[in-house]
This record gives sequence, structure tokens and C-alpha cells, in this order.
Amino acid sequence: MNVLGFNLFGELHGIRGGVHPDDRKSLAAGQPIEDLPLPGLLHIPLQQHIGAAANPVVQRRQQVRKGEVIAHAQGAVSAPIHAPTSGRIVGLGLYPANHPSGLNVRTITLQPDGEDRWHPDIRGVEDPFALEPAEVAKRVAAAGIVGMGGATFPSAVKLNLRNRYSLHTLVINGAECEPYLTCDDRLMREHTAQVLDGVRIMAHALGVSRIIIGIEGNKPEALAAMREAAAEHAEVSVVKLPTRYPMGSEKHLVQTLTGKETPARGLTADIGVVVHNPATAFAVHEALRLGRPLISRVVTVTGQAVAQPKNLRVPIGTRVQALVDHCGGFSEEPAKLISGGPMMGQPLAELRVPIMKGSNGVLALTPAETGQRAPAPCIRCASCVGACPCGLVPLTMAAHVRTGDLDGAVDQGLMDCIGCGSCAYVCPAHIPLVQFFNHAKGELAARGRAKQKQTETKRLAEARTARIEAQKQAKRAAMAKRKAEQAAQKAKEQAKEQAAAKADHVEAAEAN
Amino acid sequence: MALVMLALVPATLFGLSQFGWPAIFLFTVTLGATLGFEALSLAAAGKPVRLTLMDGSALLTGWLLALTLPPWAPWWIGVVGGALAVLLGKQVFGGIGQNLFNPAMVARVALLISFPLEMTRWVAPAPLFTGDAPGFFEGLTITFGGQTLDALGFDAMSGASILGHVRTELGQGEVLNAALTGVFDPFSALLGTVPGSLGETSALLIALGGLWLIYKGVIDWRIPAALLGTVAVLATGMHLIDPGHYAGAPYHLLTGSIMLAAFFIATDPVTSPVSRAGQLVFGAGVGLLVYVIRTWGGYPEGVAFAVLLMNAATPMLDHYLKPRIYGRDRRGQPLEYPQPEATAATAKPGEGRQ
Repeated sequence: MNVLGFNLFGELHGIRGGVHPDDRKSLAAGQPIEDLPLPGLLHIPLQQHIGAAANPVVQRRQQVRKGEVIAHAQGAVSAPIHAPTSGRIVGLGLYPANHPSGLNVRTITLQPDGEDRWHPDIRGVEDPFALEPAEVAKRVAAAGIVGMGGATFPSAVKLNLRNRYSLHTLVINGAECEPYLTCDDRLMREHTAQVLDGVRIMAHALGVSRIIIGIEGNKPEALAAMREAAAEHAEVSVVKLPTRYPMGSEKHLVQTLTGKETPARGLTADIGVVVHNPATAFAVHEALRLGRPLISRVVTVTGQAVAQPKNLRVPIGTRVQALVDHCGGFSEEPAKLISGGPMMGQPLAELRVPIMKGSNGVLALTPAETGQRAPAPCIRCASCVGACPCGLVPLTMAAHVRTGDLDGAVDQGLMDCIGCGSCAYVCPAHIPLVQFFNHAKGELAARGRAKQKQTETKRLAEARTARIEAQKQAKRAAMAKRKAEQAAQKAKEQAKEQAAAKADHVEAAEAN
Repeated sequence: MALVMLALVPATLFGLSQFGWPAIFLFTVTLGATLGFEALSLAAAGKPVRLTLMDGSALLTGWLLALTLPPWAPWWIGVVGGALAVLLGKQVFGGIGQNLFNPAMVARVALLISFPLEMTRWVAPAPLFTGDAPGFFEGLTITFGGQTLDALGFDAMSGASILGHVRTELGQGEVLNAALTGVFDPFSALLGTVPGSLGETSALLIALGGLWLIYKGVIDWRIPAALLGTVAVLATGMHLIDPGHYAGAPYHLLTGSIMLAAFFIATDPVTSPVSRAGQLVFGAGVGLLVYVIRTWGGYPEGVAFAVLLMNAATPMLDHYLKPRIYGRDRRGQPLEYPQPEATAATAKPGEGRQ
């Protein structure tokens, strides 16, 4: 039964495409969240979120307390960064990023003192629901909370969407559709009340009256726990989602739950819905109730190459190596290391890169698990067409990208691709379709930046020419003026001389 | 491709047993020739020969071509057909996945136009090891001997295919029933104990193989369903209008190579559209053309022509019948919500409840 686009009885709306990968969640799903001991050093990158990098406000050798701001947010879309523990700042420099490139990025290095002392100003509020929505968003922003499903978009910006859109529903994305990952599952099972509290605080901040928590059917314990906890709140419904990748894609999730399709290039807010992740909700709970900023997160360390897969609560800035060591190291040489899930995660360049706010998983896969094989020619079998949740024709797009015709690929809908990788997953010829598209998007972005730079350079060059021209003209004008003045002076002097001469003459004549 | 060939095995074995040694020889020669020409062209293009042959596409092409040849045709039909299929139908476009037209159908049509006599000489089935069947050496003579069947004393064996017979009779002013009498028996057409090519005879075994492929998810149901459905609807409709002149659906569905086309030829992914809508239109188009050519065209059977014509339309179908992109309308414009969300949100939640 459908009322104003909402399903009253948990009735779901179909979406097209998608795939059913073996979820491999059983490796880590049974492991309770464990605290990772404080490592010897923390490497905290300044860019852990979408938007402008944070600006460091600490000095080398400065003592900081747990939860103290060490870098301020810069600009409207940014997030501050806090000290994950008490200790001494030992470095403000460059360190390899948790990014496939492994390039160095600006990083604050903190040496924990082992005392783990909170900053004295860390204080929560009694009743977050008594706060103005704007005040809640302000506190979420101050806590440095970003979307913890991996997108790392500053959460406060999303909470402030109520100023520009008329919102009615908050959707909590508990799909966790990526295979292997179990961190949201564990969080919902072990910290059910806290997650739900965070969810309700966010709904208060958004000013929405309806909350839908969507959880895939492969997490029955999380479903049961959330259902039980939500029973006393009429505005919250917990819905079992079909287990299908990419159910956790924001726009597809919203369509499944509400039947409404987000317009292309738009936001779910266009149809009155905002989506947040359970881990984000947990962070919001901690920020509002306890005043604690986002300084740690749950990370799933799994894969068949990991000796003992685990779910760990990790201080931000811990090296991946420390997580792997805590899980008993590798049982065999991994064929592939991934940060995030196997479908959309990024290859890990090395093990010394740090865990960031958006790192939800560390995967070490055996050769058998990766199943990588040499690509064969495309025979247009259209498996990818059937799997694409966005209604694209991946094989045609890939043909355009392959020949370097990026504009052709854009005409085919490249920018509507969400990069979920379902196409590459189903391709019987093992063609890395989504990699083609990600490459093309990167190329287009670089091209856009280059073009912007070019126009900027051109503008500056033109301004310079104009300036020089103006100076020249001013000089010429001044010269002309001076000349005219000189000429006038000369004429005057001549006239004077003539007059004098005449006078002399007259005088002489008179004298005669 | 291995599964497709597996699905063809029962019908092929049945056909080979029906038409005996000459059919076995022709089948072998056609497959050998196709593989040989594929290997030659791969070597000439500097591509890995063995690896590419292992993909099975050339073998399948040869197999499908052999299934559409008259079973007692001379050996060189198989060789020329193999060459046409691989060279003209596939490799000139750049090899696997690049060809516009179904290679087997390219070869079949080229053969039909070039050698009409050899390509239309059908024989009645003479199952292996029965009295009328040619033995091994006789079979060798038929396939490789270079003499006509009449000269070999197998005159009695030759006969027109059902479609050919009926067309001739109708052309001579006979009414349909008379033309069909003694020739078309739905049951034997279903089983395949009738004259025709290897793959034309047993509609049942071909269809079973095809249904198995759909069940296994190797082919999609859309093209076969649209193709057979269109033919069935057209045939039934025309039969109702004038039963004396137009045969009904069973006749059209059980004779000729319509089943082979529906499940194994029109479903070739390389030469058919990629979108679901495109596949439906493609299948319906083949069905329509088959019916039109059979009923009003110059040839008794129109499957090969119909498939090739729709192959030519495939790029256009792919262009116009793309799936709808998420968040966009059919024309590619972002979706718009005429009613502002504000009104929807402030409306009373009780409204619209049924």
C-alpha cells in the first residue's frame, strides 16, 4: 500500500539491474567489535573528507589532549580534525595517502603519550532534542563528522539541506551491500540504542517526521536488533532490503524504499529525502550526547589472506599495518590489498598508509578470491546492460572510451555512471568496464581543470597586456602633456624674450 | 559457446542419423573448413591462432552453417561455405565481436544465390543402417564423387522440402489443403522425419535445446519469443482470413529452419541488439520478414534473409532503443517533478489512504 510514495507495510519498489555477488560476510560478521590498542604513532591526514583540506592549528612539539582540535575546517564544505588521543605533535609534513597513488599528502603526526586523557572541554548535552536544529548541525560540524559509508561528505552540510529543500524523510543506509564488509552490521548489533539515538537526533536536525532504516536481508541480527529498538518510536520504520548489489547506492536505496527516482545530476533532497549511514548516526550520538568528536571508527579487516578477520575500533591515523598485525598478519601472501569493499574499494598502495574517517574496510584477498583473468574480446552479450542499475549500455561506453572518444562516452551517459562495478563483475569476458569509466571520468576532470587553468592563465595574460597598455598610454599622455607644457613654456619664454628685446630696442631708441 | 554447442548436439545427432554417411561427411568437411580458414586468417593477421580457435566461435559458426545445408550436398559446398562465413562474414570486420552480420547466414545466402541447384536439392531421410540408406563408401561417393544424385541411382531419394513443395504447388494454382496432403504432417515435422537440412528437420529437438539455453541463462527469452510469437500471430491471422491459401501457425512453426533461427541464429549476441526493447523488436522483425518472404517472396524459406536484414537494422535499434537512464526520461532529460515537494510534504498523511 502506497501513501504519498511511502510504503506503509514494508512493500518495496523494484530497481533495475544489480548483481548478486557472494557476500563473504561470514568471515568477519561473527567477530564483535574489538578496540585496537593505541599504536606508537598516528598519521592524521588533513584531507579526510570531500571539500577543502583542514588547516592545522597545532605546532610541532605541542602537547594535545584527546578530542582537541588539531586542524580547523576551511570553507563551507570541509571538516575539522581532532586529536584521536592525548600526546605530542611530532610532525607536520608529508606522508603517503590512503589512496591508490600512495602519493604524499599533508599529514599531522601525533605521538600518543599512552594516557589517553580527554580534553577538559569535552562535554555533551542533556537533551539534544531541545536544541535548535541549526545548533545540532553546528555541533555535528564541530565534531568533524563526515559520511562514514565511504563518501566522506561533511555530514553537517547534509543536515543543513533543510534550509534549501523541503525534506520529509531521513533514510538510514544500513544496506552494507559491499561484500565482505561487516562494520555497519556489527555497529547496529552492538550499539543499537546509540545508532538509533543518533538517527533520531539527525531527524530532529533535518526537521523530518519520518525515518526509514533499510537493512539488507543478509543481516538478520542487525535487522532484529534495530526493529526491537525502533518499536517504541512510531516515526521509525526498519525495512528489510533484498540482498542485491548495489542496494546501498543512495539513489537506488531511496527508490527502493520510497518509490521515487532522484532526477539525474540532482540530490535525493530534490525528492525530499536525505540519506545517512549508521556509523555516521553513531558518531552523531557520541558528538551530541558526550561531546566527543569523530576520532575513531569501526573497520572490518577481512579476506581469506587475513589470519583472523576482525572488526576493530581504530583511532583515526593508525597505520593499516597495525590492523593487519592485530589480526594475526597474513595467512598467505595476498594477491590484492583493498581499502574499502571489493566492488568499489581502492587498491592499497602500501601497508603504512593510515586509516581515515571514510575507511570502512581493509581487505587482503587471495588469488582465488580476486579471480582476475585476462580480458577477452566483447561479443556484445549484453550482460552488462542487464546488470547496470543506471540503465546505461556499458559496452558502448567502453568502446568509446577505448578509442579515446570521451565526449562520445559522455553522450552515452558516462556522467550518470555511479561506478558501482556491476558491469565488470558480470562481464563473462572479464573486461574491466568500470575501470574504463573511472579512468574516463578522471581524464575528463583533469581536462576540466586544465581548461579552467588555461582560461585563468588567458585571463591573467590579457589583464597584464591591458595593464601594460594602460601604463604605456598613461606614459604617452604624460609625455605629451609634458611636451605641451614645455612647448607652452618655450612659447612663453620666447614671447618674454621678444618682449624684452622689444623693450630693449625701445629703451635703446629712447636713449638715442 | 560450449553450452550452445552442447544444446545443438541432440538435434545434430538426430539429423546425422536421419541423413546418414553423406551428411556426416558434409558436416565434418564444413566444420574443418571453417576452422581452417579461421586459423589461416588469424595467422595472416598475426593474432594468436590456437588461443582464438579455442574460443569456439568459429566452430559454432561452421556447425550452424552445416545445419542449414542440404545434407547430401557435395563437399565443396561446405568448403566454400566455410570460407565465406569466416572470411566474408567475420574476419574482414576484425574478427570476433566485430561483425555486423551473422557469419553462418552470410555464407548460406551467398551459397544459395551462387549455387541454387546444389543448395535446393533435398533428400528424404534415410536413417543410418536402414535398407535405403547409402553405406559408408556410397556416402563417400555422394559427398566427394562429384556426380549428380541421379547418376548415382539415388533419384528416388530426392525430394523437395515441405516449404518448397507447398510453394511450387501453390504456384501452380493448387489450394493449400491439396498441397499439404501427404507432405505436411505436424507430428513428423515436429520429430524431424521429413526432408530438409540437418537443422531444419527436428523442430522438437532444436526447441528443447533452445529452451535449455534459456533456462541456463545463456540466451535471453526475448528474441525467440518475439520471433516465434510474431510468426504464430501472423500465420494464425492470415489463416483465419483465407484458410484456403494461408497455412496456419503449426505449419509455419514446425517447418523450415524457424526454430533454429529463433533459438540459435537470431540470438547471436554479436549481431543482435543489446537492449531488451531492441531484442523484442529485432525478434519480431525477423519473424515478420520470415513470414513475408515465405508467403509472398521469391524463396520458399526466408530465415537467412530475414536474419541478415534485421542484422543490418541492429545498430539503428541499439541507437534508438537504449534503456532509460536512471533519473532521466526516455529522451535523456533529467526527471522533473511537476508538483513541488513542499506540497507533498505538508499534505496530510491520511490522504490517499485506501
